[in-house]
Amino acid sequence: MTLSVSGLTVASLVRDVSFEIGAGERVGLIGESGSGKSLTALSIMGLLPEELRASGSIRLGERELLEMSEKDLSRLRGDELAMVFQEPMTALNPAMRVGRQVTEPGRIHGRRRSADELLDAVGLPGTARAYPHQLSGGQRQRVVLAMALANEPSLLICDEPTTALDVTVQAQILTLIKSALSRESALLFITHDLAVVASVCERVLVMLDGEIVEAGSTREVLTSPKHEYTRKLLDASDLEARR
Amino acid sequence: MRNLVIGGVLVGLVVLAAVLSFFWTPFDPVKVDAAHRLLGFGGSNLFGTDKFGRDLLSQIMVGARTTLYVGVVAVGIAAVIGTPLGILAGMSPRWLGEFVMRVNDLVLAFPALLLAIMFGAVFGADTLTAMVAIGIATIPSFARIARSGTLQVMSTEFVLAARAGGRSRLTIAVRHVLPNISGLLIVQASVSFAIAVLAEAALSFLGFGTRPPTPSWGRMLQESQELLTVQPRLALVPGIAIAVAVLGFNLLGDGLRDRLDPRLAAKV
Repeated sequence: MTLSVSGLTVASLVRDVSFEIGAGERVGLIGESGSGKSLTALSIMGLLPEELRASGSIRLGERELLEMSEKDLSRLRGDELAMVFQEPMTALNPAMRVGRQVTEPGRIHGRRRSADELLDAVGLPGTARAYPHQLSGGQRQRVVLAMALANEPSLLICDEPTTALDVTVQAQILTLIKSALSRESALLFITHDLAVVASVCERVLVMLDGEIVEAGSTREVLTSPKHEYTRKLLDASDLEARR
Repeated sequence: MRNLVIGGVLVGLVVLAAVLSFFWTPFDPVKVDAAHRLLGFGGSNLFGTDKFGRDLLSQIMVGARTTLYVGVVAVGIAAVIGTPLGILAGMSPRWLGEFVMRVNDLVLAFPALLLAIMFGAVFGADTLTAMVAIGIATIPSFARIARSGTLQVMSTEFVLAARAGGRSRLTIAVRHVLPNISGLLIVQASVSFAIAVLAEAALSFLGFGTRPPTPSWGRMLQESQELLTVQPRLALVPGIAIAVAVLGFNLLGDGLRDRLDPRLAAKV
């Protein structure tokens, strides 16, 4: 299913943002903090804070998400739309066993898969009865990923899923995202780490002050950036050094 | 941990006395026995007898029932009404939340005792009216605690993640919010319990609470008044009983808070 966003505007924080993600495509969204990356993601999920409204158009397949009722949207969320958040320490309910949390999306959407099966898939066998505080940050992020992937979403949005993790764990999580996501699923990967984009995404969108200033294939954008900001971003990163 | 143990023991004592009183008391707590009035400590009656010759220990034991009964019902009313209100206020759009909390403030403006006296005047003074009045007056504190806890939980990523997972508001309230604020609520309950116990004692003292001859610690205090200088024992015994119950519930609340706070518990 294709996600097409056109003319998305949220107050003055996101302005006239348009892009498309086809089925099976992995797209990176980069930009510094406050550039509107997360707001774009939350608009797609329909989870903007109460005081903000999105205008424009966000279509998933044939459906217009911005015009959907909260009830219809919540039926899509966790089923066709899924999201992984930045902070694995707070993204899990501390008072609920991990096994129960990963099976919840399935229960809601009437697709029962066992907790063990879901946790096995992210390399955490036998943790179903643990509470989140008994797991490490990387393990928790795996749990969050298991929840997001439980119903094989058409679109997975990852909002800086590796930022809070150390480098070795980062690599594991990225590998997991690449391998666990089904071929038909689209991925929108938000990050400010260019190395991560280079390893995961085929296409990149660069955001600055609420607007998309550059878009293109990862290779193109990272090797011959057109916009001045992208060049700065590249200069500031240690991507060259790592290669 | 120490608070929890001491609190638990003190509360346990009160509960034990109350439960035991259903099966056994040393004497009939309401039997007037003119031949044995105003007996001192020790002797045939451990805590002595009052001016009608009633056994003090037996009255304390049966009075513990009233105390617990009042606490459970008052806190029950407050928790069952106040908690959902607070969660509702914390989860709904801002204007609705504000409205609920302002109405809440209105109730908060009524002192519990005044409300109980009013209820007593309108519906007749007895234990049940006192309990209901105290319960209603305690609703705001539960609603407040529940709301502030809810606001905190609602701002966490796991609630956002739950919404991103398509969970309904009701599911989020029951599965995610309630378990994470239950620690706060339990602490509030134990503190409110102590306040309810004191309030019942005060009301009985004023004659708006438990009606004679049902033994009540507050009324025992009141009856001890006229003999306070000659027989301070009569005030001391129920006074200590009230102090033990209130202290016990307060310590229990403190101890539970230390235990149930997820941030503190995670470190253990």
